[in-house]
Amino acid sequence: MQSNVNASASSKIRKARITIDWKSIGFNSVMPILAVLLALLAGAVMLLLLGANPLEAYAAMITGVFGSVSGLTQALVKATPLLLVGLGICIAFRASVINIGGEGQIILGALAGTWFSLEFDSWPGWLLIPTTIIAGFLAGGIWGFIPGILKARFQVNEILSTVMMNAIALQLMNLLLRGPLIDPAGVTAGTYLAQSERLPEQVWLSRLVPQTLLHTGLIIAILLAFVVYIFLWRTTLGYRIRAVGLNPDASRYAGISVPLNQALSLTLAGGFAGLAGVIEVIGVQHRLLEGITSGYGFSGIVAALFGGLHPLGLIPASVLFGGLLVGADKMQRAVQVPSALITAILGLVVLFVVGSAYLSRRWAARRLIAATKGDSGARLEAAPGMGMEVAGGEATPEEANP
Amino acid sequence: MNDFFTATVVIGIITSAVRLATPYLYASIGEAFAQTSGVLNLGVDGIMLVGAFSGFYVTLETGNPWLGLLAAVLSGLLMGLLMSIISVTLKAEQGISGIGLYMFGLGLSSLLFKVLVGSVKTVSAFSPVRLPLLGNIPILGNIFFNQSLLVYGAFLLVPLAWWVMDKTTLGMKIKAVGQNPAAADSLGVNVNAVRYFSVCLGAVLAGIAGASLSLSLVNLFQENLTAGLGFIAVALVYFGGWRPLGILGGALLFSTVNSLQLWMQVKEANVDPEILIMLPYILTIVALIVASNRARSPAALNKPFERGEN
Repeated sequence: MQSNVNASASSKIRKARITIDWKSIGFNSVMPILAVLLALLAGAVMLLLLGANPLEAYAAMITGVFGSVSGLTQALVKATPLLLVGLGICIAFRASVINIGGEGQIILGALAGTWFSLEFDSWPGWLLIPTTIIAGFLAGGIWGFIPGILKARFQVNEILSTVMMNAIALQLMNLLLRGPLIDPAGVTAGTYLAQSERLPEQVWLSRLVPQTLLHTGLIIAILLAFVVYIFLWRTTLGYRIRAVGLNPDASRYAGISVPLNQALSLTLAGGFAGLAGVIEVIGVQHRLLEGITSGYGFSGIVAALFGGLHPLGLIPASVLFGGLLVGADKMQRAVQVPSALITAILGLVVLFVVGSAYLSRRWAARRLIAATKGDSGARLEAAPGMGMEVAGGEATPEEANP
Repeated sequence: MNDFFTATVVIGIITSAVRLATPYLYASIGEAFAQTSGVLNLGVDGIMLVGAFSGFYVTLETGNPWLGLLAAVLSGLLMGLLMSIISVTLKAEQGISGIGLYMFGLGLSSLLFKVLVGSVKTVSAFSPVRLPLLGNIPILGNIFFNQSLLVYGAFLLVPLAWWVMDKTTLGMKIKAVGQNPAAADSLGVNVNAVRYFSVCLGAVLAGIAGASLSLSLVNLFQENLTAGLGFIAVALVYFGGWRPLGILGGALLFSTVNSLQLWMQVKEANVDPEILIMLPYILTIVALIVASNRARSPAALNKPFERGEN
């Protein structure tokens, strides 16, 4: 770095910029991977203390995923809702809004999709599939809009309100699955299973690999990741959302409404989680049943953080965490280690990722000091950050020399 | 509905409302300490789960609920230290680290429960203790003075917390680092140490809150026993305006609604149980809206402190 800065005056600025940018990107993706490894290590310690063999457990996890086509496709099946929920989380986080309401929004999307496709079961597939998906998006969006508008209007903490919305959505689903949406076959048979009738076949998403659950929803999700990327970085609306998250004061000064854009981002986050719900219903289960969310509302947050809150970074992140979730199921079956282990590990991943953000910030700041000795222009470029109120490039001498 | 509110039922509702306020009181007052010092700990629910499990498990193994309570305190302390390291030392975004702590606590308590216990078992834990004299007052004696020791402890915590917050140097330091950490720092207050202390105190109380569930209210443990109670407890801190007395009012309001819905389920009132279960959550959102009008949150809440930044 120092040698770059000491190069000739004309190339000094450009060289320093390129070096810093490249390194901070490299560093930003190394930290999350270290966080996951550290969390897995902590999980191994937990297993050891519980008298289980961590090597055996993790081996069962890996062979469960990579040992068969079915394992791999299952990982991709789970990656689909993770990616969709995560896209919403990215949009919200970029506006400095934390959406914990994924679970409830997934439920609403699934509920709306189920109701819609059963209500209009005479429609042909080419019409029913897109309208059902839109119904799920809208219902999830409404579930995100409510905490969004409460935050905008009454400054209600969105973390708490979205958690409450989760609980309300869960009860709403139980209520509907016990009443209006209950499978008539279960009523006739006297089992009263809490699940809906099977959806009309024309609304089922087609399978990508025969004999597996992998469905076209994965392609929809990946396409949407590019759409969200373009939305956030190539449109005015996306720019406003990011501006609100990066610097609310400057945004207000520039005439961008902070509350309105935060409410919008929460609505969109809800919509994407709703998509995850409806696609899970028409792609995998073909009916609504209890436990439809499988905790994706939470694991989607972990995937989003791991993916650097970037829609494209989220694609590999979702596949990784989809694999971890499948591996945990396989591990439970093979060596009887409860899959709850993975929830604990995911929690640790979150803690370590957000904890390491500070370390990488300090690290970047230290290099920034070195760079600014010759070039003040590198300041903006070197600011890493996650789109939250991390105030990235704020480098003070105290920070660099503890 | 008319035959629902008989005298027995009303007394029953109030009695269980007093009991059910217990976990809210411990968790919310603990969270008030953390928030007053400037740290938003959203992992309360996870800490409660770990506390509830460790209290339950130790009681199950030893037969001594006091040892169970001690285990809950220690596990709460460990969770608090973890949260402090991430949020105070590593200055992480507090909203997200709290969610991480919640997921960790949820996963850890479920994992331990499945491996060490397996099936739902009940423990003989803290039983009601009738206070002498006071316990003999007709009706009121049964409602207020025939409860378990953990219930009495929760209500005693209210004046105690008020005294610590408003009347001691420690309380002043906690408020100072939550309002203006830079000023407190320049006066020689160790901001990080005070925050570590407040977060750990809050976490210990959250651990006790969990133990009050598994050792005094339901006397068992199951996966996700708290069902989001810890998040409601965080909301109660806003609702109570960061003051122990305000929190007491909020806790009683919530426990009354909770007790009402439980009794209505038991008495098979003509309302869907799902709607009854929703009530406390809807009420939380309403409470947050109400609280927003008079919010005077600690100025440095959710803001990690770094020397030289201000």
